[in-house]
Order: sequence, then C-alpha cells, then structure tokens
Amino acid sequence: MLIYVFRRLLTAIPTLFVIVTLAFFLIRVAPGGPFNQERGLSPEIKANLEAQFGLNDPLWKQYLNYLNNLLHGSFGPSYNLPDFTVGELFWKGLPISIQLGASALILALILGSILGVTAALNQNKGGDYAVIAVATAGSTIPTFVIAPLIQLVFGLSWKLLPIGGWGDGALLNKIGPVLTLALPQIAIVARLMRGSMIESLRSHHIRTARALGLSDWSVVVKHALRGALLPIVSYAGPAAAALLTGSIVVETIFSIPGVGRYFVDAALNRDYTLVMGTVVVIAIFTIIFNLIVDVLYAVVDPRVRYD
Amino acid sequence: MAAAETVLNVRDLKVRFRTLDGAVEAVKGININVNAGETVAVVGESGSGKSQTMMAAMGLLASNGEATGTVDYRGSNLLTMRKSDLNKVRGRKISMIFQEPMTSLDPLYTIGNQLVEPIRRHRGLSAAAAREEALKLLRLVHIPDPERRLKSYPHEMSGGQRQRVMIAMALANDPDILIADEPTTALDVTIQAQILVLLAELQKKLGMAIVFITHDLGIVRRFADRVYVMRSGEVVEEGEATALFANPQHPYTKMLLAAEPTGHKAPPAPDAPVLLEGRKVEVTFRIGGGFLAGDPVILRAVDDISIRLKRNQTIGIVGESGSGKSTLGRALLRLLPSDGQIRFGDNDISSADKQAMRPLRRELQLVFQDPFGSLSPRMTVGQIITEGLLVHEPALSSKERDRRAVEALKEVGLDPDTRNRYPHEFSGGQRQRIAIARAMILKPKVVVLDEPTSALDRSVQKQIVELLRKLQADHDLSYLFISHDLAVVRAMADYIIVMKQGKIVEEGPTDAIFDHPREKYTQTLMAAAIDSTRFRASA
Repeated sequence: MLIYVFRRLLTAIPTLFVIVTLAFFLIRVAPGGPFNQERGLSPEIKANLEAQFGLNDPLWKQYLNYLNNLLHGSFGPSYNLPDFTVGELFWKGLPISIQLGASALILALILGSILGVTAALNQNKGGDYAVIAVATAGSTIPTFVIAPLIQLVFGLSWKLLPIGGWGDGALLNKIGPVLTLALPQIAIVARLMRGSMIESLRSHHIRTARALGLSDWSVVVKHALRGALLPIVSYAGPAAAALLTGSIVVETIFSIPGVGRYFVDAALNRDYTLVMGTVVVIAIFTIIFNLIVDVLYAVVDPRVRYD
Repeated sequence: MAAAETVLNVRDLKVRFRTLDGAVEAVKGININVNAGETVAVVGESGSGKSQTMMAAMGLLASNGEATGTVDYRGSNLLTMRKSDLNKVRGRKISMIFQEPMTSLDPLYTIGNQLVEPIRRHRGLSAAAAREEALKLLRLVHIPDPERRLKSYPHEMSGGQRQRVMIAMALANDPDILIADEPTTALDVTIQAQILVLLAELQKKLGMAIVFITHDLGIVRRFADRVYVMRSGEVVEEGEATALFANPQHPYTKMLLAAEPTGHKAPPAPDAPVLLEGRKVEVTFRIGGGFLAGDPVILRAVDDISIRLKRNQTIGIVGESGSGKSTLGRALLRLLPSDGQIRFGDNDISSADKQAMRPLRRELQLVFQDPFGSLSPRMTVGQIITEGLLVHEPALSSKERDRRAVEALKEVGLDPDTRNRYPHEFSGGQRQRIAIARAMILKPKVVVLDEPTSALDRSVQKQIVELLRKLQADHDLSYLFISHDLAVVRAMADYIIVMKQGKIVEEGPTDAIFDHPREKYTQTLMAAAIDSTRFRASA
C-alpha cells in the first residue's frame, strides 16, 4: 500500500506539470494583460511595470522563469494586489477556506448519510418522501439564494448570527457560510446514500444475514452500510477538493477573506501569477483527495488491492 | 421415518406480490410438511413459486410481498411471529443456503468474522470459543487449512468453497431444518457432486431435516425421501420419491421426467468440406501492468488449439467455467485477437481486420447464453432480427425485410404477428428463439452457440435443442456448440472437444467420449454428470 501511495505521488508530478503548462499558455491566449486598465496607465509606467515583472520577455522565457520559481516554492508576486505575493495571499486565505469547507463537508457527510439511510430503510414511505423532498430542494435552490436568506432570517430578523464578516474566526461568524456550503452537499450525499443503501439492502449477502437471524443493527450497520459507503467515498474526494479551495459565492456574500474569490477575480484581471497559483493549489488538492479516496476504497473494500 | 415428528408444517400458504400491474399471486395456498431428519424436495421450473414458499417461511420476502396462511414450527406460526422472536428461530433452528454462492457472503468481512457472528449471537459464546467453533465447522465442511481460511475474504475463495462456508454458517447452531435453495445450480458439475455428497454426509452426522428446492430431478432422485412437485404456485403432485419416479401421476410430472434432451446427431459425410478451421489458436490476456506498475500477468485463455469444423457438423466444446471454451468460440469468429491460423472456407482470416470481416460476418453467426441481456430492450422483435439485413443486404426494401422477418420467426416456431412487440413480453425460451431467428435470417453457414440453453428450464431446453437440430438439417448448418451441460451436448454434437485451462484434454466422436473417456479429467466430468443423466434416460 505504501508503495502504491508513493507511486501515485510520483505520477502526480507529470500530471501537475501538464496542468501548469496548459494553464500558463491558455491564460496568455486571452486578450489583454494585468496592466490594461479602464483608466489606462501612462505608457511609460506600463512599460516600466511590464519590464519589472519580466512581461516583455519572450513567452518561453517567462514560462521557464515561472517553472523555475515554482520549483523553488515561489508563486511570484500578485500583479493586482502588489503589496502581497501570491504565496502570502494563499497563506492567509487558504486556512479560512479550508476551515469552512471542511466543516461543511463533515456536516454534509454525517447529516446526509443519516438522512439517506433513514430514507432507504423506509423506502416509499413517509420518511423516504420527506428526505427526497428536502434533498431535491437542497440541490435545486442555489447558494446565492440560500446565503441571503440565512442572512435575512438569522442575521437581520432574529439577530442570532452576524450578517457577514470573518470576525477572526468566531464560531458564530462561521455558521452562516458553513450552512450555505453544506446544504447542497447534504442533499447530494443523502440522495447518493439512499440509492446505494437501497441497493445494498437488496444484495444477496444481506438476505444471508437476515436468514442467519442477525439483529437489525448488525444487518443494517455492519453489513449493509459498509457496502453502501463506497459511492459516498468516491463522491467525497472531488467534493472535498472543491469545498476546501473556497467558494466565490459564499465568500463574497458573507465577506469572508478566503481564497475562493481569487480564481474569478484573478482571471478577470489577468493577474497571471494569481491565476496560476489558484490552478496549482486546486490541482494539488484534487490529486491528494483522489489519492485519499483510492486509499479509503481499499480500507472499506478488501477486494480492492493495489499491489 | 413415518412416525417421525413433524417439524415444519406449511398450511394454506399464499404469497402475493404487489406490483405496478396489480397483485401477482406467486404461491396459491399450498400445504407442505417436513418431518424431523428427512429430506424433502420441492421441485419445479422457474416461476413455480418453489423458492418463494421458503422465503415466506423464513420472513425473507421482498418488501412488496406478503404471505398468508400458517407456517408452523414446533407449535408457533413463523408468519405472525414478532421479528425478535423470528430472529431466534432463523439461523438457529431453521437455516438456509442459497443459489448464489458468489454473492451470498458479505464481501467486506473475513470468513471468520461472518462465521463467528451467528454463533455468538445465538449461543452467546465468547469470541475465543466462537472462533474455536468456527474452526470446527470449517473442518466439518472439509475446507482445507481452516486456520488460514478464517482470515480469508470471500473473493479469495472459489464458488464451491464459498458454498461450503455458507453450509458451515447455516449449520453453526445445529438447526432442525436446513433449507437449501438450488444450492448447486451455479456451480460446475464436479463441484456440484462434491457439495451434494457433503450435504448428505452432514445430514447423516447431524440429523437435521433438509428441504431441497431444485429444478434438477437428478438431485431429487438421489437425495430426497419425499417430493412435492410445484407448478405456477400450486403443488400438483406429492409423494415418496421412489414411488413418484416410478409412477408419476400428474401430466406435468411426467413431462418434467421426460424433459431430458434425447436423440443423437449423425456425423457429417466423410467427404464434407471443412468450413472453419483453426490451427494452433492462442488467445492471451494481459492483466495489469503499465506505467510504474511492473510487468503484466499473462493469462493464456486458449492455448494451442486446433479444430476443424466440417459442413453439417456439430462440434461440442465442453469444460468447466474458466476453461476457455467461450474465448475459443469468439476467437474463431475473429471477435477477439488471437495468434495462430484461422481459415473460413477458402479465406485465411487469421489477420482479417473489421472491414475485411464484415462481408463474412453474415455467414459466421453467434447466439449467446443470456436471452435476457442479448436482445436490446428498446427495439421490437422485428427490428432486432432484421438489423443484420440492413448491414448485409442494404438493397432490400422494407417490405421485403418484413417478409424475411415473418419467415424467420415462423422458422423458429414463433407467431410472426408478435414481431412488433418488445423482448420483455417474451419468456426466456421465446427470447432464445428470437436470438436464433436473428442469426438465421442471414442464412449463415457456421453458428457458434455459446451455452444457448443454460439459462432455460429443462423442458424448454429440450425444445430449443430440437429446434436447433431441425434448422441444422434444413440448412446444412455447422455448429460450434459451447456448453457445460453434458446431457445437452450429447444430444447436439457428433464430435466433442473437452477443454481445461485453455487446453484440449481430450477429443473425439461423441459416443466414444461418453462411453470410454480416456483422460482422468473427462472421467470425473462424466461421473459427476452421469448420475443424473442416466436415471433420467431410464425414467
């Protein structure tokens, strides 16, 4: 297993390289540059700036420079937020996004699984229909509707939660954004869990367990649930990568200083280094979580072996 | 035996399923009783309700099923019992083994874990004592190296071994009754025989009653004291096994007993031309391997096989699962890449690509085992059987195609008016006829029949065998008949190839192989199958 993990990490290097290369040239294909602003800089200043950041060099040289910096652990300076390097921006914002994303993910996995199992055990009865209704609502109402609603009800009317802001990580400030992030995930996990649990309950070995007179708890939790976890595990990997790297909608509405906003802002402003930084971070998260999923798979299912 | 105490008494049992098309009555008020220590067989074809009867007794019906009547076990009605009380009976006093040894064990837990669980639950033993008990059970069912096997997962064991583990689990708490639902159907013949012998041996040792649910009259004849014959949810005949076999009363029982495929295929004329020939055919599969993953494992599924199929000949290819018989059939039709030489008529097709094969395809047809999976559910029967004509005779008008469809359906004994229906409206046997019509409409020369009767009931098998033989005689066809069912092969083939692990073990004319098998493997194969075959022929 360790050899397998090591091998996977090795194969991640060429993958990352391809991603970096593609992203580097793709963003350059887009017209405009970091210093083309509406008001326009005077040509001398613009030339100065471009010279300072090496943007006048031939593209291949810029690319090699970027790779070189990246290998030395530097994402370079941000063009639009000149007081910070890209590294510093992530260093400050990423922990915030991770905290929110991880809380939302854990909440979603626990609540979603409980709802899904409840629905499966009451298939085509009241409890099942209730869960399906909640799940459908959860996955169809967009976050930009849920977030203002939470602000309105809990923040403005009932004054239970702050309306926005990070508040240096105060618990109350996190509740709104975490709920907003978690609700659609709860819905998805509940639906997935319901489906795979129904299938698992129908399988032959569950019939065997019942025929042996095992208790309901053993039949449902020990035998059916474990088998039903696999689809959840494979969903949770990519979902984790997406959640932990921040959400532009939630961070904007709740004024959270995470990293989710950078991806869109940076792309609009042609902040090349910040775009590249975001791409690299998301790629690394995706690769790592996919690896974790594959390892978890082998933990849950002994038939999965990687040697 | 006659004075023995009744342990299970089924009275007026009805089983009903709510479906979208309304209620379906699977069991229509039957009575069955089982005495202590005896073996009772419940016999019937698929859909007769024989399995649902016992599922109902065990409280294992699907959620849309309901049972009425009484199932009396030593004075209490299993159907109305509280679930917690029922869980003290099932797995302890009455236990059950199933048809699907591959999927009936939980794939995520070790054998030891699964064996220990019911022992601890019903007898409240400590973990260590239960483990000792589990070891004893594995020895009882003759699992080699039981200490190591306790730590194995189901996927690390063969189907036969898994069924042994199932039996061990069922017998863990010394039950009064063991219900065996087609326990050997999914296994190879040699393994079937071993499992049956094991069950008989265990019954002698432990003295439980066995309820055998089966479609296989061979098993019934060999093991059962008493028999219930079921058909469409009713018991049509019951009695002592010997009496029932000697003198069946109900026409359905007589039909079942006569359902053995019979007859004989004469060899083709000695000067008949060779149509399909394979020389030193090899098929290898590479498993695994790749970037940083080391060398792949090479599996030789077909290993140096030569075969000559003459016009109007039927070569039967027999062997157990995994012997490579289907792979050989596919390789000869160039549906799989292979090494060696393959000739069809005057063409060397060893290296023919898709394009080159296309014009030859109409003469080389294939019929599959699974009549449920091999017909597209979204096409009408007419569309299914004429699809090949679109490719091979694109000039035909749609009217002409329809005429050919009618002709083909008539030829396989189906009502041509059904050609606008969809496959799900047909039974298994009818679907197999449709699959045959799909092949025949192209007027092929060679047809590879890959287990065409295995998914069908005996009585339907017999009809399909007769149909195939008639088509062969009418059109001078050559068949490659792949099957593990020796009774069917005997009735179909004039030449037999016995395969094991990708190699030919023995080959020769059918009678020679059946009457004087030379190789040890062929002899075991015959011995395992012959018991049921021989008595059926005499019955």
